[in-house]
Amino acid sequence: MRFARFAARRLAEMAATLLAASFVIFGAMYLAPGDPASFLLSGRSATPDAIKAINEQYHLNDPFAVQYLRWLGQVLQGDFGRSIEYRTSVSNLLAARLPTTLLLVAMALVLVMAAGLALGWIGAVRGGATDSTILVTTTVAVGTPSFVAAVLLQGLFAVKLHWFPSGGTGTGLLDTLWHLTLPAVALALYLIGMLARVTRSAMLEALGHEHVTVARSRGVPERSVILRHVFRNSLGTVLTMGGLIVSTLLICTVLVESAFSVDGIGQLLDLSTTTKDFPVVQAVSLIIVGLFMTVNLAVDLLHPLVDPRVTLGERRSAA
Amino acid sequence: MSTTTEPHASTGPDAALDIRGLRLNLPGTARPVLDGVDLTVAPRETVALVGESGSGKSLTSRSVLRLLPPGAVAEGRVLVEGRDVLAMNPGELRRLRTHTAAMIFQDPRAATNPLRRIGDFLTESLRLNAQVPAEEATERAVRMLDAVGLGDHVLRRYPGQLSGGMLQRVMIAAALMGDPTLILADEPTTALDVTTQAEVVGLLDDLRGQFGTGLLFVTHDLGLAAAISDRVYVMYAGRIAETGPAEELFQRPRHPYTRALLDSTPRLTAPRGRLAAIGGQPPSLRQELTGCPFAPRCRLATDVCTERAPALIPVADGNPQPHLAACHHSDQLTEVTADA
Repeated sequence: MRFARFAARRLAEMAATLLAASFVIFGAMYLAPGDPASFLLSGRSATPDAIKAINEQYHLNDPFAVQYLRWLGQVLQGDFGRSIEYRTSVSNLLAARLPTTLLLVAMALVLVMAAGLALGWIGAVRGGATDSTILVTTTVAVGTPSFVAAVLLQGLFAVKLHWFPSGGTGTGLLDTLWHLTLPAVALALYLIGMLARVTRSAMLEALGHEHVTVARSRGVPERSVILRHVFRNSLGTVLTMGGLIVSTLLICTVLVESAFSVDGIGQLLDLSTTTKDFPVVQAVSLIIVGLFMTVNLAVDLLHPLVDPRVTLGERRSAA
Repeated sequence: MSTTTEPHASTGPDAALDIRGLRLNLPGTARPVLDGVDLTVAPRETVALVGESGSGKSLTSRSVLRLLPPGAVAEGRVLVEGRDVLAMNPGELRRLRTHTAAMIFQDPRAATNPLRRIGDFLTESLRLNAQVPAEEATERAVRMLDAVGLGDHVLRRYPGQLSGGMLQRVMIAAALMGDPTLILADEPTTALDVTTQAEVVGLLDDLRGQFGTGLLFVTHDLGLAAAISDRVYVMYAGRIAETGPAEELFQRPRHPYTRALLDSTPRLTAPRGRLAAIGGQPPSLRQELTGCPFAPRCRLATDVCTERAPALIPVADGNPQPHLAACHHSDQLTEVTADA
């Protein structure tokens, strides 16, 4: 019952947020300088007739409100319109490119979780020189934006060492994974540093609690103490961080996909923005907003599992 | 170790706990926090360790499980069932902590992990260290919960869903899980309200008899110490100031510090008025001690007190259990009367 009410409220919130986002996204394209018609004709002086034909095809002469409502109605029916640039339905474009992006983000997420948690754990538990080394390394990682990491990784592992391709997506699963490795590392690097530092400080904080001493005083082996009472108690922080990590990955994938010519929706967004392919920009933006909200919802739903003191729909401060 | 005249059965390898000349140095301090502590607990005996904050009473009890602060250097011997805790390897230490000696902590709320169920808390030490199967461990947990007056529904609860008194009962049950010969209770009632305190103390006393464990009860509450214990140790500045049978020690204290503590304890029978607080402060850890640590606050202090540290020597004869005090002027103290 409580879950049903919670779910209903969250779904209504999501719908309202998506609606607001759709308005902003549509409005931004409307306000941006330059118009699609002149770009389509790519600088050639067009006959007024041609421009008129394009404006009519895309209903560019209608008032803003009418354009927005027409677009919204189509989107609600799953129709994102036709791409001006690619001359095909936006849905087809997305269907072809979304899996690549999701795979890339998933790979990066696995890397971030594995490396970030491991480094944070080791730093907190070992201390001393190991901890200092990890702190310095992660500081450098946190200071390196993903597009810089992309260029550096390409230069080293693709151009110099030829271990990985410098770009492209590949065909078949293994080839795709191989192609996506460098982009995934570029995406993950900054977030690994971030997560390692957050995990480290959360574990250090948890280590200071008396129940950890009590567990030791009862003969619980040290590794179990760390796993069951220190790491376990840091999971709430890690989960919150996880939501932020996925959101950041979704944003940074735009830059990284462009840098590595990976044909995902990030690169599509980048290309479409420069070509004023507004149906595509709107669709991709909406999808990214939707993914954002799904991730946040997932984090909220998982929280009670990680901390029994948190119940759905209300949050008490964790002691 | 100057006292060789202890006829009591609590010495020797039979003792549940036998601390000999325990000295503990912490980094950044000018004097040892524990300075030659001798303390014994016989099987099935209840011993109270009394002192004010910072006297070293908690450190003494923690050293029995070798729960020492980082950087601490310990000398002397801490024998539990005849084996020296300070010399144990990690495996032996874990066995000691699981099966031989268990501690009940001051604040049960802080001592339990809020994210883990009570059942997990009770059984984890047996399951993870002694490799007792989960079902068997849970069975024992149910029996121990029953012994402390709680039902098995508590197993599924989280610490946040129980009251402080219930949680302290859970802590007592947890201490009994490994069937220990010695229970160390570190101010187990301080964080509880008064009615719950009485319950918990009564329960501890009951269970000690029922399970045949020795009990070292650390407290700053003299009334509680008198009520629960067979023998009492009074600690001051890391040393034992006085020890003896509970009744005798409180009737005829032979150390001015014990006397002053008794005088500053509120009583219903005492005339109204201000309580006699002990003037001054306990000595700082940053300062070396010469002579008797209590001398600066003592009304009986003379030159000898600041020159020479008093030894812990017998002050009364004709007892099966010795009454010792570390005071140069212990013969000047008079009996405490009901209206003193």
